[in-house]
Parts: sequence; C-alpha cells; structure tokens
Amino acid sequence: MTAAVFFGCAFIAFGPALALYIFTIVTEPLRIIFLIIGAFFWLVSLLFSSLIWFTTATLIGNKDEPREKYLLIFGVLISVLIQEMFRFAYYKLLKKASEGLKTINPYEKAPSMRLLAYVSGLGFGIMSGVFSFVNTLSDSLGPGTVGIHGDPPQFFLYSAFMTLVITLLHVFWGIVFFDGCEKKKWYTLLVVLLSHLLVSALTLISPHYGLNLVLAYIIMVLMGVWAFFVSGGSCRSLKLCLLCQDKDFLLFNQRAR
Amino acid sequence: MVASTSASLRIDSRKFHGYELPAPGAPGHRDGARVGLEKPLPEKVGIEASAQLRGKMATAGGGCVADPGSRSLLRLLSFCVLLAGLCEGNSVERKIYIPLNKTAPCVRLLNATHQIGCQSSITGDTGVIHVVEKEEDLQWVLTGGPNPPYVVLLEGTLFTRDVMEKLKGRSGRIAGLAVSLAKPSPASGFSPSVQCPNDGFGVYSNSYGSQFAHCRAFQWNKVGDGLAYEDFSFPIFLLEDENETNVIKQCYRDHNLSPNGSAPAFPLCAMQLFSHMHAVVSTVTCMRRSLIQSSFSISPEIVCDPLSDYNVWSLLKPINTSGTLEPDDRVVVAATRLDSRSFFWNVAPGAESAVASFVTQLAAAEALQKAPDAATLPRNVMFVFFQGETFDYIGSSRMVYDMENGKFPVQLENIDSFVELGQVALRNSLELWMHTDPMSQKNETVLNQVEVLLSTLEQSGAGVPTVVLRRLNQSQPLPPSSLQRFLRARNVSGVVLADHSDSFHNLYYQSIYDTAENINVTYPAGQSPEEDLNFVTDTAKALAGVATVLARALYRLAGGASFNDTIQADPHTVTRLLYGFLVRANNSWFQSILRPDLRSYLGDGPLQHYIAVSSPTNATYVVQYALANLTGKVIDLTREQCQDPSQVPTENKDLYEYTWVQGPLNANETDRLPRCVRSTARLARALSPAFELKQWGSTEYSTWTESRWKDIRARIFLIASKELEFITLIVGFGILVFSLIVTYCINAKADVLFITPREPGSVSY
Repeated sequence: MTAAVFFGCAFIAFGPALALYIFTIVTEPLRIIFLIIGAFFWLVSLLFSSLIWFTTATLIGNKDEPREKYLLIFGVLISVLIQEMFRFAYYKLLKKASEGLKTINPYEKAPSMRLLAYVSGLGFGIMSGVFSFVNTLSDSLGPGTVGIHGDPPQFFLYSAFMTLVITLLHVFWGIVFFDGCEKKKWYTLLVVLLSHLLVSALTLISPHYGLNLVLAYIIMVLMGVWAFFVSGGSCRSLKLCLLCQDKDFLLFNQRAR
Repeated sequence: MVASTSASLRIDSRKFHGYELPAPGAPGHRDGARVGLEKPLPEKVGIEASAQLRGKMATAGGGCVADPGSRSLLRLLSFCVLLAGLCEGNSVERKIYIPLNKTAPCVRLLNATHQIGCQSSITGDTGVIHVVEKEEDLQWVLTGGPNPPYVVLLEGTLFTRDVMEKLKGRSGRIAGLAVSLAKPSPASGFSPSVQCPNDGFGVYSNSYGSQFAHCRAFQWNKVGDGLAYEDFSFPIFLLEDENETNVIKQCYRDHNLSPNGSAPAFPLCAMQLFSHMHAVVSTVTCMRRSLIQSSFSISPEIVCDPLSDYNVWSLLKPINTSGTLEPDDRVVVAATRLDSRSFFWNVAPGAESAVASFVTQLAAAEALQKAPDAATLPRNVMFVFFQGETFDYIGSSRMVYDMENGKFPVQLENIDSFVELGQVALRNSLELWMHTDPMSQKNETVLNQVEVLLSTLEQSGAGVPTVVLRRLNQSQPLPPSSLQRFLRARNVSGVVLADHSDSFHNLYYQSIYDTAENINVTYPAGQSPEEDLNFVTDTAKALAGVATVLARALYRLAGGASFNDTIQADPHTVTRLLYGFLVRANNSWFQSILRPDLRSYLGDGPLQHYIAVSSPTNATYVVQYALANLTGKVIDLTREQCQDPSQVPTENKDLYEYTWVQGPLNANETDRLPRCVRSTARLARALSPAFELKQWGSTEYSTWTESRWKDIRARIFLIASKELEFITLIVGFGILVFSLIVTYCINAKADVLFITPREPGSVSY
C-alpha cells in the first residue's frame, strides 16, 4: 500500500514505544542493557513455545482444517504461559543481579525494582510488537492492500493498533507482575496471566476486528490504572501534577528525606 | 496481535531455527569500569558532588553513552524487517496479491538501427484493470476514466493495429496491456509479422532485381500488420490460461464496475506488470555497452545477447568433417527452416511456418536413408535445418559465410542443386508450387540446370498421386527462403517448394495462433496420449506424400535410378513427429530418442520454436536426435565406448557422431534400454556473421539481439485511494507526536507522580 501507509502504520504501532524509549531508556546505559535482556527473554520464550508447537505439530502428523485451528489455539495458549514464565524468570534474575550490581558500583544508586519492572515490561513489549508486526509492515510497502480474497481492507490499521495495545499492555503487565512478586501477592500473577490469555484469545476471533480492538483497549486502560497505582501514583499526586502544584510538593518531599 | 504472532510463528520459527541474535553492540564489549558513565542524574541533589567524583571520566566518555544500546536495537529492528521482508509467500502477502503464473511477456529485440518490443519501468507498471471487450470500451481508458493509468485487459480479437495505434498514442493513461488468447483463433487471420518478411536481407535489392525487391510485385504476408516490429513504451503480456483471465475479470466485475459511468469506489482492482529491459536504442549501442562492461568491470552487466543457436545438418554418405570436400564432390542440398516467432517471448508454435516443413524433411531423410543403394550414389545429399531464418536469415547466412571461408566441410562450389521446403501444409487441391529465382536464370547455364531440376521434381512427383507439382506461369520472386542467401553468394540452381503460388495461405504466419489446429492436426476425443501419438491424421498423410516426392527427387538428383519407386515416406513417422512437436513433447517416442540428461527438456505441451539466446534450445536438440534416430544406426557399443569412440578401432569420430540415448522402456515399463546411435546428424553454429566480424551495424548480415532482463512477472491486487493512505500517515504522525509529548511530560513529572515509599535505611528494594 505504499510508503505513506508503511510510515503511518509504523508510527502508530511503534510511536509510543519509541517515545518511551527516547525519554526514559536512552539516557542511562544500564536501562538499555536491561531492556535488551528483557527483549532477549521474550525471544527465548518465543523460541521455546515455537519448539513445543512444532513438536506437537509433527507428532500429530496429518493436518486438516479443524486440527490446524486447534493447533493454533494450543500454540497461542502455550506461548502466553511460557511468556509469563519467562517474565518470572527475568524477575528472579534481576533479584539476583541487584546484589551483584551493588558490589560493582557502590557509588551509584542501582535501579529500583519498580524501574526494572517497567524496563523489562517495555523490553517484552517492544520485542513482541516487532515480531508480530514487522512481517505485515514490510508487505504494506508494496502497491497492494489487503482485500482481494475478501478480507477487510483495514487490515494494516487494525494490526498497527493491536501492536500498540500489546506493547503498552506488556509494560503494564511487567510493572504489576514484578510488584506482585515483590509483595508476594500471588493472585496478581494470576490476574496478569489471565488477562494476557484473554487478550490473546480475543485475537483469535479474527473477523470481528472492531470488538477485538475495543476490548483490548479497555483491558489496557484497566491495567494501566492498576500499574499507575502500583508504582506509587495516587489520585492526589495526579491532581497535583495536572494542576501544576508540583513544585511545592517536591520541596516538601525532599525535606522529608 | 498474538494470533498473528503465532501465525507468523509458523513460518518465522522455521526460518529462525539456529538464528542468533546479533551481538548487542558495544555494551557487551564495555567493561564494568565504564558502565558507570552516565549523563548527570535527574535529581538536582548531589549532581555537582557526583560530577566531581567522576571528574575527568565524565567529560571524556559523556558523548557516546547513548549510542551502543540504541544502535544495537536499531540494528536488531532493521535485521528483523529485512528477514521479514525476505519471507517469500508469507500469509500477509498471500492476502494481498494474486500472482499470474501462466503469462508470456513481450520483450525487447534490437537490430542495427531500431528497437522493437515492449518496456516497463524497473519497479513495475501498476494500473487499474479495465476489461475491453468491444471497441467502445476503449473510450473509458483513453479519455473517460477518472483513475488513470489503466491496465487494459484486451480480448484477443481486438489485438489489431488500429486499437494498438490508439493505445500507443495515449501512453500517459496506459500502464500496460494484457491480451487474452482468442478461442477460437480470429477468423480473418492475425499476423503480427510484416507484409514483406526479411526484406533487405534476401537476394533482391534495389541494385539487383529491383522489380522484385521490397515486395513490389505483391505482398507475401497479406494479413501482416507489423505489430511485432513496433516499439511500445508499456508492457504487454499474454494471458495463456483461461482460468486466470476469469479471475481477473471477476475481480474487475466486483470492484471496478460502477453504474452509469460514474467513478467507481475504492478499493479498485489493479494489475502490476514487471518486464524491465536493459538494452536500448539498437544493437550497436547495446553491444558497445556490453563490451565496455566486460572490458572494465569486475562483474560485468551485459545488456543484450545476439540471437543464436545451432543449425542441424546431416549427410546421406558420411564425410570426414575435419577437412573439406574436394571440388569434384557434388552435394545436393535439401534445406528448410526450424524456427518461428510471435509477438510474445518464447511463444512460437510455428505449425505451418516451420514445423510442417521440417517434419516433412525429416521423413524424407528417413525414406532416402532406407534406399538400398544410398551408400553408393554418385552425389551426396545434405539435409540441413536452418535456425534463425525468421530474423533475417541468421542460420543460412552463417552457413554461407562458413562455406565461403572454408570453415564448413561442404563448400559453395560443391553444391550441385538446392531444394528447399517452404510452407507446405496448407495445399489447395493437392497443388505444390515450385518457386525459382528469375534473376539467376538470366544466366544460360543456370537456366538449364533449373530446368533439369524442375523436370526431375515433376518426374518424381508423377508417382505420388497425392501431390500435384506445378510450375509458376510468370516470373515471380522467390518467397522468403534460405535459398536467397545462397543466391547472394553464388548462382546455385535451386527451387523452393511451397503450398502457395503467390501470397501465403497461412493466415497466422508467425503468430500465437499458428498451432496444430491451423494445419488440421486434430485428434478424436477420448484417446490416451499414446493412442494420439500413433494416430495417423490426414495432415500426416498429406505431408508424407510431400516427403515421398522430396525423397525421390533427391534420389534422382543424387544420381540414383533403380530404386526410385520403392522410396516411400512413412506416415507413422510423420504423425509421431507432428504430435511431439505440436501437441505434447513428453511422449514415449521422444523420450526414447533423447540423451538421458535431456529428459526434462520435454514438457507436457508443445515445443516452442523461438531461436532464443541460449543454445541449443530444446527444439534443436529434439530435431537433431530425431534426425539421428531416423537416419542413423544402432551399434553395439558400451556407454563409455559410445561417449569416446576413439578407443574403438572400427569407429571414426570424424565421420560419424555417436550418442548414447535413453532408448525405449523395457517390457515391465520400469527401466529403459539405452543404446548407442551412430549417425551423421550434427549441429553447426548459427550465430550471425555480424557478431563474428563485430560489425554490429551491418546491413549485410542479421544483427538481431535480445535484451536482458532481471524480473518478469505479473500480479493483481486491490489498491486503496490516495486519501486513505494520507489519512493513515497523518494519524501515525499524530500518535507519534502525542506520545512524545505525553511521555516527556510524565517523565519530567515522574518524581511527583510516582512516589517512592520511604522505608528507613533503604533506597531501593
């Protein structure tokens, strides 16, 4: 669909992730490293889930239509489970690493676990978004648009918005998940897993893109609100921020230290 | 979009097995000491203190802190994009494009002064499809339609000069043309060739036989409109498969039609044609550019190749090919042409213009070889099949050139007489006309020799009731034939046998419609391919009659007398050859006569007889091996001996050609019984002397070349309106800018928004 659609969809899907990256990650190299490691963990989880899917597919043998579909659903669910498992594994790794970081760099304040939660979530989100969308994006460069076989022509836009939602969801899930692990609130992990399963399952009802997208955005807003409160935000701080009364607040905050 | 993740998993995971992430750039290489170098901390407290602590290290390394991580991520992203882009036929691409696989392009050919054919842009020409089934539909394309450029899907019957002139004039609104094959063939004929074929390269010119030059007497190819010799600036493709044409028409009906002439709504069905040609202007230019490239470049980009292939020739009595014949050895030459062409590349069924003639000559060669005293005839007989005659006599001009320079075993002075087969399949009431050259007969000796030749032919024809030989009443020029090139060099006595007395009877001369139906080669329905192979059609019987006349005439001309009436061409041979060349090449007989490694050259359809640039072509090989099988002998040698007979004392590589062929299937149909065939059938190079002499602007020899190209394909898809694309871009920008602003604000106010819980004694947990 030509360069205009390519850039438009690329900015829609990766714009917020790029903005987050530019303003929060790029400034400190340690955060970049943790971002990359998070992305790598997501990739390894994808590798494992694809290995499981592949062996299952080979074991099943002949593939007819309903079996293909069940195999796909199975693959998606396994992939979600393994992604969350790897998120937990990354949390454990970071816990261990924070000790080591303190010895390497005694003068520097090591990044807090909340920050690492955010960075890992963003790493997962960026990698997940890139993997799910780059394939489609490269096809949007050609002169044609989806539709000759009857698919809806807004395929690229839907894909771009869905990628955006998944990326942001991974960020929020990361924050909530790590907080749950820290405070040993295991139900939090369950909620994250279930909402991830729900969003993935929604994408399987592919013809009804609109419903799919709206539900995913609702879930994203809810998770976003939860993550905001978990990471230390509150209605009061939001009000203070929006009404630009933050300067007094800051001074107050520092004095208390 | 996890589902699409998993969908792309299916393809990507298989491609990504064993794929390693590129090393994340510098962070891995950085040692621990430099990790601490960062930009000053956002908190205002303690900045100066920490800066003083780090001191010089901060100023030294502060500049390139941000690079390694972001560089690695960018590299990762671009690698992913590249890899994703390389995934062929992935599911999203299949949602968008329908490739058209059974198409034939029109390519660019060049000669000394002109370029002909078609050209597309290097990124392919895209246009909205418009189906033109009658002439009125053209108005939408030329003036009315609101979404130019258009790709016109033209009915085969409308592919005429008038329509093409109109399309050529408005090339801004035409992106390309797709022609569908007309079934049945257009009744009034269709020939994209010129009305006077090979004009200027025959024997008649303004200085010799000017009343016959440039077809002043009459046009040989009356139906010809010369389209194949025009230059078009848009691509033209032939849609060979009716199913694909229907798919395109269905897409057109679903998306591009609008009620009562208003603009149809987007998305519209469009077609993209890729056929970018590298050569321009003329052979002189493209050969010069290729020469410069190959002299000065490490990886030269050759832009054009000369049309070349091989002539097939054989002798009745073997001669030593390492030397040349004595002047006293006389040879009777039987010649015909092997090739044809059409408007589209590599589509050249050539049934009447080439196949019928060379099949007849093959049958005549077989018949003559069977004569009992063939080995003891006073004069030798040479059967030659010229390749490239369609393009200004490439094969015959090269053979004459080689004969003049002693590079061919037979010389011009050895030629006693010359009998050529022109188009012979469409005879009216059994008449076969004998054309001779009036200009050379002005010489008394030649006149007498031609008279002897004609009377020999008539005597031979007397015994064959299915062929009536006729002389021409008035003096007429020779039709376009290889004899003309021989006459340019020397006054040989020659005759051209043809089914037409003046203009061609072939209404589809050198076109895509010159197929088996044109010469009435049809088979009853419901037979298996093997039954069809052996079914003797009426055309086969007629051509066998002509072959008999030819064989008997050659026997007499070679000096034979006793066994004249026993020489008979076999209609079974003729019908098998016709079936193989015109209907289905992959049959049991063709498979048994070829070498084992040429098995895949036989397809399920007919063979195409375009000369092409890579040699030898499939058809040339098949003709050579058919000639070897029909005139040669199976001898008892092993495979190694057959491939190198120099070790065997009784066999002589200079006299004969030895080939190891597949042979027929054995009784159980599991394996083949290969054997060694010894024959005199050989290949002789057919590359125009202009390229040997490097005279690329020659008017004496053929200078035809074919351009090179990288990518030829066609596909259809839907295109969206420009407004929708623009809106997508604007929305994307909007989201990007919005997210940048919001992130900046949140980041700036992060201390306020996200309060760190104050636990005594710990800064982070």
